[in-house]
Amino acid sequence: MTVPESGVLHVAIVTAPIDVGALLSRVQAPGVGAVSLFLGTVRDLNDGRPVSGMEYESYEPMAESELRAIAEESCGRMAGLRLVVVHRVGSLAIGEASVAIVAAHAHRAQAMDAAREVIESLKQRVPIWKREHYLSGEREWIDPTKVRA
Amino acid sequence: MSIPVLLFASYADAFGARRLEVPLEAPCQVADLVRVIRTLPGGDRLPAAPLVAVNRTWVREDTAVQTGDEVALIPPVAGG
Repeated sequence: MTVPESGVLHVAIVTAPIDVGALLSRVQAPGVGAVSLFLGTVRDLNDGRPVSGMEYESYEPMAESELRAIAEESCGRMAGLRLVVVHRVGSLAIGEASVAIVAAHAHRAQAMDAAREVIESLKQRVPIWKREHYLSGEREWIDPTKVRA
Repeated sequence: MSIPVLLFASYADAFGARRLEVPLEAPCQVADLVRVIRTLPGGDRLPAAPLVAVNRTWVREDTAVQTGDEVALIPPVAGG
């Protein structure tokens, strides 16, 4: 037996496009009955402003260790969970995936809850930033703590 | 003596650098460090209580900074 029955299978900060199929295949196991995939993708409109692309930056070693900590906390709370978490950085085009979370479990409720839990924690405490590029040519770092006027 | 501090994203833009040499002697507290950083050019753009990490771990204002620590000033995070 080389593949663990449960736990954090893969955590990474990457620059290349996310290969969702490859991530899904990582969680496969005979005991898995449900696989939940969350993808965050770049959209073309934010707060009414047309967006042409997104640029992500991370404090890479800490981002990776925080992602791992979040994933391990989820696995610690939920026996039998298999998790993969990947966040992409660099320049992304509209529609591309910036983050992928794959949660696998024997049952669907746990798989879906885990994927949600990981993305919510990621947004709270992983040092990653994004700068929107607007069709107008302007660029702006997103600050979730500020409400735009 | 100075303490190196890593900057990212909007803070790197505010200070025009990805790394600051803060004129302060270690050991000191995170709050002392932030107080001095505020006096540097661009420091007026920091929020009231900026996030700080020491050795890649989130810390509070009263955490001690030692010589050789990796200190980072962290803008509001926006991953996902």
